[in-house]
Amino acid sequence: MENLYERLQKDVRFVEGLKACINCGTCTAICPAAAFYNYDPRKIAMMVQRKDEQELEELLKSDTIWYCGECMSCKTRCPRGNTPGLIIAALRGLSQDMGYFIESEKGRQQLAIKRTVGDWSVNYGYCLYLEGVGTDLHPEQGPVWDWIQKNWNEVYKRIGANYQGDGPGALRKIPEDTLNEIKRIFDVTGATERFEKVEKLSAKKAAELKMDIGEGRTSEYFLHVYNTNNNKHYRS
Amino acid sequence: MKIEGKRALWKDYQKAIADDHYFYVRSCVRQTFFPGAEKAFIEIMKNRLGKDLYEEPIHTTCTGIAYHSDIVPLETTMTVVARQFALMTETGYENLAVSCVTSFGVYSEVLETWHHFPETEEKTREMLWKATRREFKKPANVAHASDIIYKFRDQIAAQAVYPLINRETGKPLRVVEHIGCHYAKMFPHKGVGGAEYPYVLVGMIESWGGEVVDYPERRHCCGFGFRQYLIQANRGYTFSNTKKKFDSMAPYKPDMIITNCPGCPLFLDRGQYAIAELEGITYGENGYGIPVLTFEEVAGLVLGYDPWDLGLQFHQVAVEPLLDKMGIPYDPAMKYAGPGGKFIGSPELPETLKC
Repeated sequence: MENLYERLQKDVRFVEGLKACINCGTCTAICPAAAFYNYDPRKIAMMVQRKDEQELEELLKSDTIWYCGECMSCKTRCPRGNTPGLIIAALRGLSQDMGYFIESEKGRQQLAIKRTVGDWSVNYGYCLYLEGVGTDLHPEQGPVWDWIQKNWNEVYKRIGANYQGDGPGALRKIPEDTLNEIKRIFDVTGATERFEKVEKLSAKKAAELKMDIGEGRTSEYFLHVYNTNNNKHYRS
Repeated sequence: MKIEGKRALWKDYQKAIADDHYFYVRSCVRQTFFPGAEKAFIEIMKNRLGKDLYEEPIHTTCTGIAYHSDIVPLETTMTVVARQFALMTETGYENLAVSCVTSFGVYSEVLETWHHFPETEEKTREMLWKATRREFKKPANVAHASDIIYKFRDQIAAQAVYPLINRETGKPLRVVEHIGCHYAKMFPHKGVGGAEYPYVLVGMIESWGGEVVDYPERRHCCGFGFRQYLIQANRGYTFSNTKKKFDSMAPYKPDMIITNCPGCPLFLDRGQYAIAELEGITYGENGYGIPVLTFEEVAGLVLGYDPWDLGLQFHQVAVEPLLDKMGIPYDPAMKYAGPGGKFIGSPELPETLKC
């Protein structure tokens, strides 16, 4: 059976992202996540380079790999052509494949990601769904967005969008046969399998916590992972 | 440095931008939050610049936000992108025009991955055929929509009705340009001017009469961070980084911010609301915010389009201080009107941010 490092090496993003880290810390200096969280991309590059299986397993089960914002600013500045952001993408993929994401507060948030942008992408053909991004889950969107949400039919008509309409245009309805094509792509390329794994392991965790996993974006466990913050993620 | 040397260096950061016949792919974020911007882009391309631009109704998300929040594997994203290419091939186009910067980064990443790991392209072709029975040719040219407006910036300037000049003082407006991270940070050679000195928006500002503001955090991310914004528990990441940018630019007193990514104007606009309501801090003049516009909206204003036809009422930060400076007439009563001028109410006012 392949070990974790061997599995990482099968991901082209890992191959492309890690050449030889010289531990200079330029990535950490430029990193927006390092400015906010107790996070250091330099340490990630060093750690995976050591190939210590126990250390890798701990990393995959930790909050640490979920702090990066994938802005890829590190790619531009690394003097050795490494991309810690790509290493992170490979680690996150493996953490989900191994079922380790469920061990950390930030990893468990993948359920909420799956039930929003994941499901919207395959069910509607958009990674955003207008009626799913209201001020209930996004209070920071403010009163103008709230007004738009309450009057979307007329507001979008006024601006010439084609919300849920046939043919071309902004926010047009994606036809059923196209959505079937997207679904089949998700089935043959591993997205459906990942979705099912995230749902299954989240249900197990919810049962452990005696919470209702439910469906959609209003269940007890969804709101738990969406809102929970133990406030231990920051620099002291 | 000799001027020839400078030109030789600059050549590394020029990119080929197709001249005509574009296959346009929309942005999920721009359609939802700034639908008037995409409408203005299509209108300008077709009616002001006389270009052929086609929108295939059955194109979809590229999965970019799902990919960068790691809920779909790379193989899924590559195959959905391959489907978009197949639609382009089937309709006889070969120049891709991309509305979204995340998508532009995704298209660039997929093409680079196929180039460096040819077996991934072969596998993607197999997956696409298996799932959809479609085949594709790779695009001859991939341009972000801002590249295209940059290319034709002087033609737009020649038709300018309201240049980026303060009508009262006659001085150039002071403009912050904010480039989406995935435009050039991953693949500097794919952006006009590269990652450190991107010229794509600077070119527009200079051509249309404005003055570019330089400030320390000019290249800092807007704060989106994909999963960091999508999940409420992480959203402090987003607005802490947004605040870092605003704290850095505020002393330079910009009149406006222009962006090329659909997400950045959202976070820079809503971020000012959130920071005002949470911290009591405002960054514009007299309690207002700094207006944040997309490049299509700015082009539309310069060309004389009505601000409410451009959808500037979708912004939380009031744009009126900017319109007043540019001398653009507008009807306040029509700002929040529905179709045909119908009254449909108006948004509540924030407690702190003046609107």
